[in-house]
Order: sequence, then C-alpha cells, then structure tokens
Amino acid sequence: MPLVFSMTTEKMERMSEPILIVENVKKYFNTARGIIKAVDGVSFFVNQGEVFGVVGESGSGKTTLGNMVVGIYTPTSGKIIYKGQDIAKHAKERPKWLKKDIQIVFQNPASSLNPRRTIRQTLEVPLKVHMPSSNIAERVDKLLEMVDLPPEFAERYPDELGGGEKQLVAIARALATEPSFVVLDEPTSALDVSVQGKIIKILMNLKKRLNLSYMFITHNLSLMSNVADRVAIMYLGKVRELAETRDFFLNPMHPYTRMLLSSIPVITDEEEKLKPKRIESMGEIAGALNIPPGCSFHPRCPFVMDVCRSVDPPLNELAPAHFCSCHLYTTSNNAYDKYKK
Amino acid sequence: MPLIQVKDLRVGYNVYEGLLKVLDGINFFVERKEKVGIIGESACGKTTAMKAIMRILAKNSVLMGGKILYDGNDILRMNDTQFTEIRRKKFSMIFQDPSAALNPVFTIRQQFYDIIRYSSNQRMTKDMIHERAVELLKQAALPEPERILDSYPFQLSGGMKQRVNIAMALVSANELLIADEPGTALDVTIEDQILRLLKKIVEERRISIILISHALGTIKHFVDRIYVMYAGTIVESGPTEKVFKNPKHPYTQLLIDSVPKLTGEGVPEGIPGIVPSYLNPPHGCRFVTRCPYAMQVCKEKVPPSYEVEQLHYASCFLYDNGENGKDE
Repeated sequence: MPLVFSMTTEKMERMSEPILIVENVKKYFNTARGIIKAVDGVSFFVNQGEVFGVVGESGSGKTTLGNMVVGIYTPTSGKIIYKGQDIAKHAKERPKWLKKDIQIVFQNPASSLNPRRTIRQTLEVPLKVHMPSSNIAERVDKLLEMVDLPPEFAERYPDELGGGEKQLVAIARALATEPSFVVLDEPTSALDVSVQGKIIKILMNLKKRLNLSYMFITHNLSLMSNVADRVAIMYLGKVRELAETRDFFLNPMHPYTRMLLSSIPVITDEEEKLKPKRIESMGEIAGALNIPPGCSFHPRCPFVMDVCRSVDPPLNELAPAHFCSCHLYTTSNNAYDKYKK
Repeated sequence: MPLIQVKDLRVGYNVYEGLLKVLDGINFFVERKEKVGIIGESACGKTTAMKAIMRILAKNSVLMGGKILYDGNDILRMNDTQFTEIRRKKFSMIFQDPSAALNPVFTIRQQFYDIIRYSSNQRMTKDMIHERAVELLKQAALPEPERILDSYPFQLSGGMKQRVNIAMALVSANELLIADEPGTALDVTIEDQILRLLKKIVEERRISIILISHALGTIKHFVDRIYVMYAGTIVESGPTEKVFKNPKHPYTQLLIDSVPKLTGEGVPEGIPGIVPSYLNPPHGCRFVTRCPYAMQVCKEKVPPSYEVEQLHYASCFLYDNGENGKDE
C-alpha cells in the first residue's frame, strides 16, 4: 500500500515536487532454498535537495533498495519514479541521461576502485562515456579539487592512498557525470572515525554547492542523526518507521527503533539522556528465508500481542509526517504507554 | 603484582619494503579481575600487542625488545611446553570475525571436543567432554546446546557463532580473556547482547579481560581502565571515567570529538592528516604530524608518560613542567 503518498500528498504539493518516489517496491530473489524477500513493499519519496536516510541492520534490505534506485537490480514489482518518469528497470535498459543523473558511492573504496588504474584513469572512465566533448584532463583536476585532494594524486594508484582518500576518489568518480541524485551506501563505515568527519563534511558541502539529493544508507544511527533530513528504518525488507530526523530521534515510536536506539553505546551524558528507556535487545534478526508471519519483528518485540503474530501492521501516519507500522498504536491496548519515557 | 605486565614491548614486521616498526616500546598492565580496554584506530598496533601476549604473532614479525611478565615470568622467553600450559589453562582470546574463527568443514561438536581435550591434563571420557561443552554453551547463553553442537558454522547466525567462540574461549580462560573487537562484525543490537554476556561472564568467573575496540562508546561502558593507542604507542591511560571526562592527550581529545553524537550537533571535523607510515615513523612523538599543538621538542624526543592526575597518564610534552615524566 503506498500509504506514504496518499497521506502526504498535500504536504508534498506544498514543498517542491519530490525528485524520487518509490512506490510499493519489491525485490525477491529466487534461490535454491526458496524465495528471499529482500525488499517487500517499500514506499517513500525524496525531496529535491534532501538527505534521505535509510537505517537498518544487516539483512534489512537497505542496500538492495539503494541498488534498485541505481539500477543494479530490477525491482520484482513496484514503481520508482524519478523526475516524473518510471525508472524501475535495470541500468542496461535505462536511457543514458538517467545513468548519468543517478550515481552511487559504495561502502568499501578498497574494492570499488580498480587497483590497476591510476586515479586519473579511474576518473576518466565516466567522463569519456558521458561527457566526451569536455576537456577531460581539466575535468579530472577539477574533480580532485572538488573533493579536496591535491592534483598530484591523479597519477597515483589506489594502493598509495589512505582509506579516506580512496573514498574521496570514489566520491569524485560518482560526481564526474554531474548527477543530481547520489546513493551513498555506507560511505564511511569502512573508515576510521577520525577521517569520517572530513568525508561527511565534503559530501555535505558538495550537496549544497551542486544542489544534489542524497539517499544516505548507514547502520550508524549517531551518524544518521547528524546528516539526514528524514530517516526511514528498515527491518526484514520493510520500512517500520519513517520520520523527520529530529522527530525520529526525540520521539521514536516503533519498539524496534527504541531497541536499536537504546542499544547504542554513547559517550556523552547528553546523548544518554536522549536515548529512550532501555529496551534490552533480545533474539536476532530472522533469516530472510523464513520471515516470521504477521509483524516480522514480533519474535523480538517486548510488547508483542496476539494480533502481531498474524497481521502485519500497515505503515500509518501517527503524528504529522511521522509514520510507524506497529499494532501498539492502532489497537486499544495501552500496554505501550507504561513503557513510554 | 599485576596479572600481566608488558614492559617496553617492541614488535615489527618484515615486509618487502623493509621493516615496519609497529609497536614502539609500549607499557601496560592488567590487574587480576580487572576489565581493561585498549582503544585505537585501525593499524595502531592493538591486535599486534594482544597477539604478542598469546604468542601468535605472524611469521614475518620481529620481536625487537621488551618483556611480557606473567606472575613475574617473561612469556616471551618461556619454552613451548611452559607456554602451552598457559594457553591451555590460563589465557584465551576471541576474535573479531566469528565466522573466520571457526573451521567451516567441522561441526561445532568436533571443534569444541578438540579444544576441551587439548586443555585437559587427564584423560577425559566422551561423556565428561560432552558435559563440559554443554555447560559452557549454556553459560554463553545459547539455548539448545545439542542442536548447536551438531551444527556447522554456516548454519548459525553471526551472534550465535560469536557465542560459540566465547564458550570455546572459556575452556581455557581461567585467568585472562582477550576480546579483540568481539562485536564489531555484528549488528548493534547483537553487539549489545554479546558485550552484556562477556561482562557477566568475566564478573562471575572473577577473571581479567582486555577488550580491544575502536568504538569509544563500547569501551566506555565496559571497562574499568583504558589505554589509548596511536600508531604503535600508548598515548594515554587511566580510569575510564577520568579519561572520558578529562582527556589530556591531544589525540584522545580529537578522537572523542570526532565521534558523531546522537544528539546531532552536526558532524565533527575529525583529525586532519593521516597516520604516519610504520616504515618511516616520526622520530619523536608519533602524533606530531597531525597534532595541533606540535612543538619543536615533539619532533626530537619521544614524550615520556606524565601523571596528569591521579592514576591518569598522558605521553605528551604539553604536561612537562620541568621535571621529567616517569614511567608508570
């Protein structure tokens, strides 16, 4: 159900037209052991100039979702509307302008850069394909400057660079085609925290300067609270909560969000105060092959009710622009109130 | 006397380009029943230091000096028979990647029984071995130990595998458990469970633990005392509370500032520059190339350890007030 749209249409109209609309998208993989529902009916939109955050643990489907937006996977069903056109197909079938317009930065720059190409050669590839008439050598220098790397790096190999510098090259490569939408799939997760800040700062500056929109995928909630405008949390292929960042962290609703937030080991007292009442995490995320019936989170949920075991709750707008899919808020049961902060 | 006392440990690695001078004379100790944390970013030498204690350093490593005292005896100079006793009965280690630590072609039962047999002096019957394995799996909070024993590693989830590793480590960890990033490869909710379990186990068994991590939050909530490592040196140490409240070494200060906060005041700047190469590390303080307070003396001399407040030490010339610093 594309609930997200029906309920926010009004709001969407007031703002500018979203650059990306994902509507009830599914991606199933057929494997020898059965069907894996990696993404199972996800809907959201991303506004022009927005950083839309997607969080979730491993196996939640967040990377699959990002890959579908870029065209690495074809959705099993559903629509992906980008700048008014349905683009729910593989990159091979997408027109050239579209491939140029949506780019991706992967998690591990050590494996996403070709070790046998110099940085210049790496950056030249997208330029030669998408902007052959431009002065390529000059563009390469410009790109390095954009990500704050010295020009002499162009002649080096990835091996000669630090992890953070490699990721900056990957960012430069993504920006080579002058995209307007970039999927950032855990762009700093493979890096040390002392270099993470620099990468994020450069990404945010570029977004402003080049008027980009980001889909920012990460499992790091502390980082997310600092970069995203809105956050969606995924669990076993479904969005379980979606809200504006401030609201998401100040008033988390879904028990899973609260469990996740309360599990984060934080450093300062201010952060400790922000965390919801401790929900000790129990159990583990189920295998994607046998997703529990009803609400897929019910085996780990401390507030589980009978209805959760059979009926999957829809994603409802419980507060303005705050969506949550949980029976606690739709049944008359007040069990949850007791646990509120 | 501390359980473990590491004195001026120097370890390098021979590589094609030359000698990587990794550990540059580090000193630390672990008391009995103490929870000690070592924090540092990738390649700062924290795992190398632990491998030296367990004597499992890679073949190309070079021991350039130092001592690791256990009960007054130097582990590094023991013969194999002596050290085997320690490995069987006293120390054990858990690694970051639970999948890589288990053999994929044997069932948990086969691997577990081997370990129990190895660490026992007397001959044990199959029943005794089995009983011991089940008992330890239960301690690691694994339900259905029989099913776990019959599984191959791939049939278990990441969190379960790490629990199996903990159970296996408990066979020998009667005095010291070394946990090298035990939750880093796991999701945050699972990491939380694993750390709670480890804490419960070490407190119940009254053993010491060295927890290694790059995540400051994890360390802060787990250990009594921490050591901060940078590029093969220990730059700061002290009771956890004091170090986090009042970090003294510029690296520690910058590192704590670098962590994005849940409260969302914007992403911090991080630390400028990159870690120096171990082939040619700076002569003086190894942080000198990135330090905002670098002075001339920092380039020339290795800073000694200064006691900045009670039991809180920082190796930085900023705290040199005329008298020379002392080793801990």
